[in-house]
Amino acid sequence: MTAITQSTAHREVAARDTRFSDELRVAGMVWERELIRYTRNRTRIVSGLTQPVLFLFVLGYGMGSLVGSTGGFNFRQFVFPGVVAMSVVMTAIFSAISIVWDREFGFLREMLVAPVSRTALVLGKTAGGASVAAVQGTIMLALAPLVGVHLTPLLIVEVIALELLMAVAMTTFGVFVASRIQKMEAFQVVMQMILMPMLFLSGALFPLSGLPRWLMVITRLNPLTYAVAPLRQVIFAAQNMSPAAQARFAAGVTINGYVLPIWIDMVIVTAFALVFFTLAIWGLSRTE
Amino acid sequence: MTGDQAISNDLGDRPLAVEVQGLTKRFGDFTAVDDVSFSVAQGEVFAFLGPNGAGKSTCIKMLCTLASPSSGSAKVAGLDIVTRAKAVRRQIGLVFQEQTLDDQLTAEENLRFHAVLYGVPRDQVDARITRVLELVALSDRRKALVSTFSGGMARRLEIARGMLHTPRVLFLDEPTLGLDPQTRALMWEDVLRLRDEEGVTVFLTTHYMEEAEQADRIAIIDRGSIIALDTPHALKAAVGADTVSLETSDDASALALLVAEGYRAEATETGITVFVEDEEAAVGPIVDTLGGTVRTVRAHRPTLDDVFLHFTGREIRQSHGDAIPMMARAFGARRG
Repeated sequence: MTAITQSTAHREVAARDTRFSDELRVAGMVWERELIRYTRNRTRIVSGLTQPVLFLFVLGYGMGSLVGSTGGFNFRQFVFPGVVAMSVVMTAIFSAISIVWDREFGFLREMLVAPVSRTALVLGKTAGGASVAAVQGTIMLALAPLVGVHLTPLLIVEVIALELLMAVAMTTFGVFVASRIQKMEAFQVVMQMILMPMLFLSGALFPLSGLPRWLMVITRLNPLTYAVAPLRQVIFAAQNMSPAAQARFAAGVTINGYVLPIWIDMVIVTAFALVFFTLAIWGLSRTE
Repeated sequence: MTGDQAISNDLGDRPLAVEVQGLTKRFGDFTAVDDVSFSVAQGEVFAFLGPNGAGKSTCIKMLCTLASPSSGSAKVAGLDIVTRAKAVRRQIGLVFQEQTLDDQLTAEENLRFHAVLYGVPRDQVDARITRVLELVALSDRRKALVSTFSGGMARRLEIARGMLHTPRVLFLDEPTLGLDPQTRALMWEDVLRLRDEEGVTVFLTTHYMEEAEQADRIAIIDRGSIIALDTPHALKAAVGADTVSLETSDDASALALLVAEGYRAEATETGITVFVEDEEAAVGPIVDTLGGTVRTVRAHRPTLDDVFLHFTGREIRQSHGDAIPMMARAFGARRG
């Protein structure tokens, strides 16, 4: 009998229109699902760390001996923020791309046929991907002492904030790409053709100053450049670097000799995120 | 076609869960659903029976607002499927042919996710989850990951999920596809329990005769049109009478005795065939009449296979849309 009374009560609810608070609740649930799946998948956490760690130590020591150090500052310390950014970017993209898996295994359909807006779904997915990516990037900070990078509580807060911004941008980008992909094989192609070039041409692994003109232009056109630079700027600002080291291992993005302040970088990344947030909603509206 | 008189859609003044008027869906030159009209009463188990490619899934998709009709109209739970699509979706439960669970989540997490998607009030979510898991007898698997579920369990969890937001109509598209007979029977128990205890209208498509048999009413759909619509019993009655076949120790005197009692009976090569209204009810009296002379009794009622054959001139198994030509083409290509 209780079932009957519940049913009538619920039917009254079902008859009304969707409210803003319902949409937020849906976004929250999508977000929670991302976190559940992330914490349940230990191999993903570990494998997500492998590549950045390889870059940090193999590239850090391998290239480090070639590059040498300036004013007590070496290549490992330089590359560290880039490697943190790398782990954030990869985790965000992987998280977003799980939409392709969801499509393959049918769960995307469960979400798309529900009486909720695409905006709520993309919002939840973005928040989820961003949280997971920021967590993964922050785990990387544990390696800082091993490569001689000093951390302060304030710096950690700044880094997490920048990681979140970067992760939001990359997740919206990933959700858009995933919404247009029907097959898992296509995902590999996207990784090879978009993600790797974006990472390599973002200044994550080498300084952006003193490059040949063509490479300089490409790096300045790459939106990821403006996400990596602020991260490096705030980390370097806490490192007590000599002027010579600052000149050699430039952190900020320069355009015609003018160093862009962090806030301009952040505006560019935010704009990128907003564009792809809109495109992601559009992309998902076209399916089903 | 002989079937016009077989479409009986008089539901009296029962409240309607689904009302369809002249619903049509065209894809270019091809008409997948052709001017279909029918109604389903609240609390009915209603089956769409037909071969693959007959238009069942297209029709159900339109009713679920996942495809828009080319012409015609339909109401589900009193709401227009075109103008009130979102409201319709809140009033229906959906179980698709293919699985749509997240197998990295537990049963409970899948249900909780669904509850939020469909706006089940926070204070009712736990009670509803407990309730629907009971309905499909999966309470003990509440905390288990869906990846550990068998195909049948996953399907039943999907049915539970479809019921979670207390829909007025539960749509099941080929719900027993790929399930073994035992699981199929379990699933049917679930479906009938849902109808009885939650008062939900169940609308399903199938191409299994035995399955359609369980429904209150069946619409036989072929090449986009409904060619017969009635209760399983009435559909079979339209095809021909029930029969009781007998072998006795003395067929001649048994036949005389039956005719004297007013039965319509005739002798066959192996014994006697009696034509009756209702074979189940008739067996007892016939055996009583003949006393101890009866050796074997076989009662037969026309099956839905007979019904399908009668209305379409084909057997359902021979007419799986264009699946067979396509397979032939595939084999041909492989050989070539």
